[in-house]
Amino acid sequence: MIKISKLLLIATLLFAACSTEDDGDNGGGTNGGDNFDRGEMLANWADNIIVPSFVSFQVETQNLEDLARAFAENPGDTELNALSSQYTAAYQEFQTVEMFQIGKAEELNYRRFLNTYPTKTEEIESQIASGSYNLELPSNFAQQGFPALDYLLYGYGSTEETLEVFTANPEYINYIVAVAERINNLTSEVTASWQGDYRDTFVNNTSSSSTGSVDRFTNDYVMYFEKILRSGKIGYPAGAFTGSPSPENVEALYAGEISKDLYLQALDSFEDFFYGVKINGGENGASYFQYLKYLENETDEESITASIAGQFSAIRAQSSELDNNLKSQVQTDNSKMLAAFDELQKEVILLKVDMMQALSISVDYVDSDGD
Amino acid sequence: MQLSPDKYLKRTTEAAPLAVFRLFFGLMMFASIVRFWLNGWIEKLYIAPKFFFSYYGFEWVKPLGDFTYLLFILCGIAALMVAAGYKYRLAIILFFFSFTYIELMDKTTYLNHYYFISILSLLMIFLPANVYFSIDAWRNPARAFQKIPQWCIDAIKLLLGIVYFYAGLAKINSDWLFEAMPLKIWLPSKYDLPLLGDLMQQEWVHYAFSWSGMLYDLFIPFLLLWKRTRFVAFLMVIVFHVLTRVLFPIGMFPFIMIVSALIFFSPKIHHGILNFISGWFSISKQKFDNLRTYQFFGIKKKISVGILSVFFVIQLLFPWRYLLYPGELFWTEEGFRFSWRVMLMEKAGYAQFKVVNAETGNRFYVNNSDFLTPFQEKQMSFQPDFIIQYAHFLADHFEKDGHENIEIYVENYVALNGRKSTPYIDPEVNLLNFADSFKHKTFILPFEDEIKGL
Repeated sequence: MIKISKLLLIATLLFAACSTEDDGDNGGGTNGGDNFDRGEMLANWADNIIVPSFVSFQVETQNLEDLARAFAENPGDTELNALSSQYTAAYQEFQTVEMFQIGKAEELNYRRFLNTYPTKTEEIESQIASGSYNLELPSNFAQQGFPALDYLLYGYGSTEETLEVFTANPEYINYIVAVAERINNLTSEVTASWQGDYRDTFVNNTSSSSTGSVDRFTNDYVMYFEKILRSGKIGYPAGAFTGSPSPENVEALYAGEISKDLYLQALDSFEDFFYGVKINGGENGASYFQYLKYLENETDEESITASIAGQFSAIRAQSSELDNNLKSQVQTDNSKMLAAFDELQKEVILLKVDMMQALSISVDYVDSDGD
Repeated sequence: MQLSPDKYLKRTTEAAPLAVFRLFFGLMMFASIVRFWLNGWIEKLYIAPKFFFSYYGFEWVKPLGDFTYLLFILCGIAALMVAAGYKYRLAIILFFFSFTYIELMDKTTYLNHYYFISILSLLMIFLPANVYFSIDAWRNPARAFQKIPQWCIDAIKLLLGIVYFYAGLAKINSDWLFEAMPLKIWLPSKYDLPLLGDLMQQEWVHYAFSWSGMLYDLFIPFLLLWKRTRFVAFLMVIVFHVLTRVLFPIGMFPFIMIVSALIFFSPKIHHGILNFISGWFSISKQKFDNLRTYQFFGIKKKISVGILSVFFVIQLLFPWRYLLYPGELFWTEEGFRFSWRVMLMEKAGYAQFKVVNAETGNRFYVNNSDFLTPFQEKQMSFQPDFIIQYAHFLADHFEKDGHENIEIYVENYVALNGRKSTPYIDPEVNLLNFADSFKHKTFILPFEDEIKGL
């Protein structure tokens, strides 16, 4: 008996010494029976939502760059109007991919390069005046992307006034081309990575640990709703965190009229993702909704999915009271903006507390020990 | 067998089990410190945050900036000295204070395991763990003894027994036994475990784990004590703790418990272990086998026995303090810590603080990530003592920023063991009207469900 216990002791110590930490293994999750298949969910996300979204967004950014170049070649009002309307279309489409800040997008800081607002107008002006700038620098987050185009295309007034500014100094048009080109380049880099190796990396990492794709993506997804959608698009302009409304924080500040559309598009895309709506049609694939249904108690009357769905409706119902131009909304009746914030806030609680608890995904990346 | 205290205190036994315990305890503590450092947790938990959550009464214990590393070095060296039995009394005192200081720096990181280590090292200050198989005994034969009083070993058994038994008692509640909560939430997410992954999806497995976990905790101390079941019990200890290690991120603790359970075995086995180690390191173990018996005398005996008696009375009573508070313990968490309530809750919350100017009515929300790490924010969002402390911190901060007539409110939702999230703190209450204390926190809204049991 002594020998056996000695052996056990050594085995235990060895196990203690060799056991891997909580970084999980990347083994494929072969789920049989009636288990919810996270691998299938990841594949649906990647193949039917994320990749097609990036593909169609890239069509828009390519158009954007082409039209910017066309405008540079022939700076007339037809070309400027074509460019401006393409800016609107691309910005709208951007809302469908803004939440996917994972993989290449995370590595490149994609979202911050494309959509940091309010844009720094004075620095844009001085960079144009000097004619030298490097848009790849992180210090240039707020001098490029859609907010910079927004300022350049809509910040000087009418088409005539804008053309007047541009023809006075051709550096303006160069800057517009540079910004459009950068948007397109970054987008094609992210799209290519999804079409290449990253798709498999993402889908195969079915690990249940905090480094698994589902855990990481869900953290990003919920964080996007809280910080980018709720705070960024509504909370900061409404002054929810300062007490004083700041209309200058509205997305698409200068184009103005499209700001609510951008918000609604972001909301739609976020909600569609929750239900696993495929971009190119067909029956919904596996996503959070199906996963929660799988885990849910059938007898539960007030189910999490029902609450989340109900809150999406409440947010949409409230948004109908908002002006198309969120800047005007802040200036005329900010209480409606704060009401929108409150509705979004309720959804944050459902997503971050109830949904993540049901999925047993911890809210943070701190891989500290538990009890 | 008469249960006379005097007779019991005079009973002696081999010192080997205590020496083995000291050796492994020191080594595992050292490994824990190194692991903590290598994981980058010193930086992440004690240096990066701007604000730290203090235990009530220990607000003066704060991280020491870059000197925090020094504190960990000190703690690690002390652990090694304990293992070697080198200047043991100094080492274990140093270890107790440095380790406890570390744990008191921020209650965000509170774990029952850490508390266990703290009080165990406190207990060990009063035990002659260095009289056998130690550098102290090697260098000074006058301080080397082969035998020690029986109670010195029983004290550790008793502490381990309390930890297990109370953990078992805490599991006697309707959520754990009849809802299989929170295991029903935790286990299915381990779908990718080899062999076990599919099993973890089965509801009966959740119940089986819940019930067997409760029975294990309640009975394992007794099974370890009884000679005839001891070996099987030790196998159960290994299986149980390795399983928890595989299923949950609980770090070094399972191994510490497995090795600690060796103390229940007879001296014969410990001599075997020491012989084995002596063989590897060519230590002459015979030198320690001097047949001398260590005795506590006079005032030293009175103090040691006295302090340990008080220690154990506190240990036995402290976990019941929750009975002094109204409301559901899992909900209010008043009296939850330091009571061996492990793995009982899946609790998450969301707290949106609102700063209001009482005169003008002007208000704004707080961005928690401006002040807290994600881990701190998570822990804060469902524990009322964190919330009150944070509210006062926010008031101080915004006052310095020039805000006036500050009132702090919180919209706070908490979900417990798979229930839907419900409001937690009264949103109409200005938190600045309350200070942290041991009194019941009246601003906690009532729990809308009922959890029966202890």
